[in-house]
Amino acid sequence: MASPLIRCFSKVGRQVSRPWSVCQHGLRNRSTQPDMSAEQAAALGVSYPPLQTYSEEEGMMRDAVNKFAQERLAPFVSKMDENSLMDPEVIKSLFEQGLMGIEIDPEYGGTGSTFFSSILVIEELAKVDASVAVLCDIQNTLINTLFTKLGTAAQKERYLSRLSTDMVGSFCLSEAESGSDAFSLKTRADKHGDYYVINGSKMWISNAEQAGVFLVMANVDPSAGHRGITCFIVDRDTEGLQIGKKENKLGLRASSTCPLNLDNIKVPEKNVLGQIGHGYKYAIGMLNEGRIGIAAQMLGLAQGCFDQAVPYTRQRVQFGKRIFDFQAMQHQIAHVATQIEAARLLTYNAARLKEAGRPFIKEACMAKYFTSEVATLTTSKCIEWMGGVGFTKDYPVEKYYRDCKIGTIYEGTTNIQLSTMAKFIDKEYDH
Amino acid sequence: MSRVLVGVKRVIDYAVKIRVKPDQSGVVTDGVKHSMNPFCEIAVEEAVKLKEKKFIKEVVAVSCGPSQVTETIRTALAMGCDRGIHVEVSGKDYEAMGPLQISKIFAALAKKEEASLVILGKQAIDDDCNQTGQMTAALLDWPQGTFASEVTIDGETVKVVREIDGGLETIKISMPAVLTADLRLNTPRYATLPNIMKAKKKKIANMKPADLGVDMVSRVEVLRVDEPPTRLAGVKVETVDDLVAKLKANGTI
Repeated sequence: MASPLIRCFSKVGRQVSRPWSVCQHGLRNRSTQPDMSAEQAAALGVSYPPLQTYSEEEGMMRDAVNKFAQERLAPFVSKMDENSLMDPEVIKSLFEQGLMGIEIDPEYGGTGSTFFSSILVIEELAKVDASVAVLCDIQNTLINTLFTKLGTAAQKERYLSRLSTDMVGSFCLSEAESGSDAFSLKTRADKHGDYYVINGSKMWISNAEQAGVFLVMANVDPSAGHRGITCFIVDRDTEGLQIGKKENKLGLRASSTCPLNLDNIKVPEKNVLGQIGHGYKYAIGMLNEGRIGIAAQMLGLAQGCFDQAVPYTRQRVQFGKRIFDFQAMQHQIAHVATQIEAARLLTYNAARLKEAGRPFIKEACMAKYFTSEVATLTTSKCIEWMGGVGFTKDYPVEKYYRDCKIGTIYEGTTNIQLSTMAKFIDKEYDH
Repeated sequence: MSRVLVGVKRVIDYAVKIRVKPDQSGVVTDGVKHSMNPFCEIAVEEAVKLKEKKFIKEVVAVSCGPSQVTETIRTALAMGCDRGIHVEVSGKDYEAMGPLQISKIFAALAKKEEASLVILGKQAIDDDCNQTGQMTAALLDWPQGTFASEVTIDGETVKVVREIDGGLETIKISMPAVLTADLRLNTPRYATLPNIMKAKKKKIANMKPADLGVDMVSRVEVLRVDEPPTRLAGVKVETVDDLVAKLKANGTI
């Protein structure tokens, strides 16, 4: 499986004998089609450009992250998965590249770009490692957005510049007894003068090992039901905050997922993010956007897996021809490619709708639901196409297969997405 | 103090499989992914490093070609160059453009911009000419440090370690000078997202070769472009005797 690309650029053409690195090499520049910028499309007189049209800035960002991910991140992936540990070097380089504060204002050290840029970044990262992509996704679409939209000047001052330069954030909603039924959460926040005492425990908290700040959803008034849920900013070094041992997971192993114990932790009043009792609204609102981010992650995962498997089918020869040339293989490959394309269009369209300020919740649900299903199909098929080698850990496809499963589960299970969509559809036929 | 000109060339991306046009007049470029020449990336990185070490004040990225080369200039800006110059060349002139025309343009710009250094990649991966740096130095009558794997500025002189066939050669040349970057000079940085955003605000000036008094007429005409001959399959033999017999049979020994 020697790479035939021998341009004198030694930093890429190395270690031909190890299948992992050969496969990684093939991921660069998968498309030979240059994308069109919005300016070029306008110049051609096309007033409704296709969804795969990017502004010059978006295109440059995507290319920069693609290159960074393939060259700088790829070598860490296998080890991080095996050890179930995100390398601090990786996190540092994400901050250095400006990937953790994509929409944050440059005033706070962020990149000052758009939501769609974040989506493209998450997709490119996921092509290489879904765990790194989810770290970046949670930071950008949940944590940063919450602070930007709801933070007081003081809170923004204190946290946004840290979030864009060196501090990871965690979003703490789920508990052992409340996953899909999020608003039945039991963590309580009792007011004592100018501070709150929070008691409870959280589960399945991503990034917990690395986070410097936790956004904890707790109920200040259980008698008011979900209208008591409030969002609290809790620093890592708060006394009484215990981060439990991380879960030993099937996939997304490099992403730390830990239970949290909140034992009489004192949080000052000024650490309430937004308004008391409005936490449930914020959670729903942010998760609608986060959904598109997860769609982008699953999309990148599917594409990355596909990009590994197809070159193999073009090189593997059986019965005197490439296995790609067998009609059954061609049909399967074309079918999967179609699903990925459809998933991409759903995701990009949902992102553009959100940016345009138009209703996007149903479309976001569709994007997340569909891409996670497509990721499952793609990764499963890719292992089959690669046969025995696909089943071994020497080749990257088995990791994509393990990583994709969480897509149908977190940030709103498939069933929740479908029910949400159904509610919208129901309303559409109201008149 | 010092201003550096860096040349960046837009070439077919190194990972693309090159195909010859059916009429054999050249290679297929339509719809093919292009990016900055890898040696130009190294040149940009060196210039930006020199600026960060405060040896020079301003880095100007220059590219010659049609409107698409502005993407390449923007990438150079995102890596840290301060401003760009786009010398517009298109159509037949662009297809016939070669090291001689480019070096004339760079020589004119170096004088116009009062540059202390012109840093170029040692060669472009599409034509592999390895001539532009040398020609530019000759036209300007400036010293040249080509195949540089290490560059150190010391007052008004530059110490250049060059990669040559026999090993490494260290030379000391006075500024202004032309340097060409070899592979091991540095590892180009990734354009960070905030720098990409900042690059949007940096200026790219437009001009034509005629504005610099350069005539683009080429003295070289490409007659034909062919693919390299396809490699024939080898033959496996069982023993050394078989090998000798086969070599004798086809007249090799």
